[in-house]
Amino acid sequence: MSKPHDTGAEQAMSGRRAFLGLAAGVGGLLLAPGVHLMEIAHAAVPSAATAGGANPKVRWGLLIDTTKCESGCTDCVGACNTENGLSGGTGPTDSQWIRKIEIKEIKTGRTQSLPVMCQHCAEPPCVDVCPTGASFKRADGIVLVDRHSCIGCRYCVMACPYKARSFVHEPLTNQKADVPRGKGCVEGCTLCVHRIDKGQGPACVEACAKAGHHAMLFGDLNDPASEIARKVRELQSTQLRADLRLDPGVRYQGL
Amino acid sequence: MRALRVIALGSVVMLTALLSAASAGGADGRVAVASLQPAIQPASRGPCVAEPAVMRRTHPDMLRHQRDDTVHLGVRDARASLKDCIGCHASAQTGSVAKAPTDFCVGCHSYAAVKIDCFECHSSKPQAVAQR
Repeated sequence: MSKPHDTGAEQAMSGRRAFLGLAAGVGGLLLAPGVHLMEIAHAAVPSAATAGGANPKVRWGLLIDTTKCESGCTDCVGACNTENGLSGGTGPTDSQWIRKIEIKEIKTGRTQSLPVMCQHCAEPPCVDVCPTGASFKRADGIVLVDRHSCIGCRYCVMACPYKARSFVHEPLTNQKADVPRGKGCVEGCTLCVHRIDKGQGPACVEACAKAGHHAMLFGDLNDPASEIARKVRELQSTQLRADLRLDPGVRYQGL
Repeated sequence: MRALRVIALGSVVMLTALLSAASAGGADGRVAVASLQPAIQPASRGPCVAEPAVMRRTHPDMLRHQRDDTVHLGVRDARASLKDCIGCHASAQTGSVAKAPTDFCVGCHSYAAVKIDCFECHSSKPQAVAQR
């Protein structure tokens, strides 16, 4: 070993020691109060939100008042089809992101009409079964399909208890610029995620209000000051198949 | 060794002859050479988000990175967005980037023999044109 090399190694060692000392000092400063680590963790999470992305503090949800939903009215379905470029067909191979269903209690004869779409579960079974991670839940609670990784296996279609997922069987043309769709992928209600990211609400909610029914309410369930949070706090509302404990973000009032 | 040298010389002579024949096609030689290259339509607006040389090489990575940010994180106001590409590069004739063989995306990709499936799902037209 030559002399200059030794000196270099010594310098490197002393530099490393100095760095470790500094790091320990900084670590100690941060660790000592304890609270600081929490603050850092909390500050790190909404970074996507500040960059214009999905806000993890938000949970988007819908409250559907079945007493106001008119039987035979399909304005929400039509608005969804127009907004997302769906054909509007109701055949077995047509995509339906939102359906109107009529239910009747046999003993009393009481009938009700209500829209059913992806319930945007907090514990979505479609995400659990997806083999490629294409089915996922966004930070703000919206359950989506990433068509780039969807292989069209349709496990999610089977897993969803709400029949909310559709499979695209045929090649498509003239898709909407905001709503890419294509053959071989599974799809479902996105809660009009492209509109939400622009600060608007879903097209179905807008159409329902435009028709004067006001049966659908969209908002942030996590914000105590929002109308939807106030209503679910004050009024009785139900989640469909609550027994499955999937904690859907869509709630029904008057069922 | 000598035979090799003759072949090399011969190929150089042939290449020169070919090139001069090609350049003889146009007045200044540009037209004939340009016909061997992809027809790239100029963008309707400029400038692009990066230099042409950077865009040519890295646009797949930029788009792939951005698509994950947009779909999973909801970041929509980013620099590299396919929608913005289409907004500037849609052809004046077809209103699309992938309809005619000379349209912006298809023009270059067919030249490079790269099959892209972007437009099986994504609209190849800007929103305003697509709605018409």
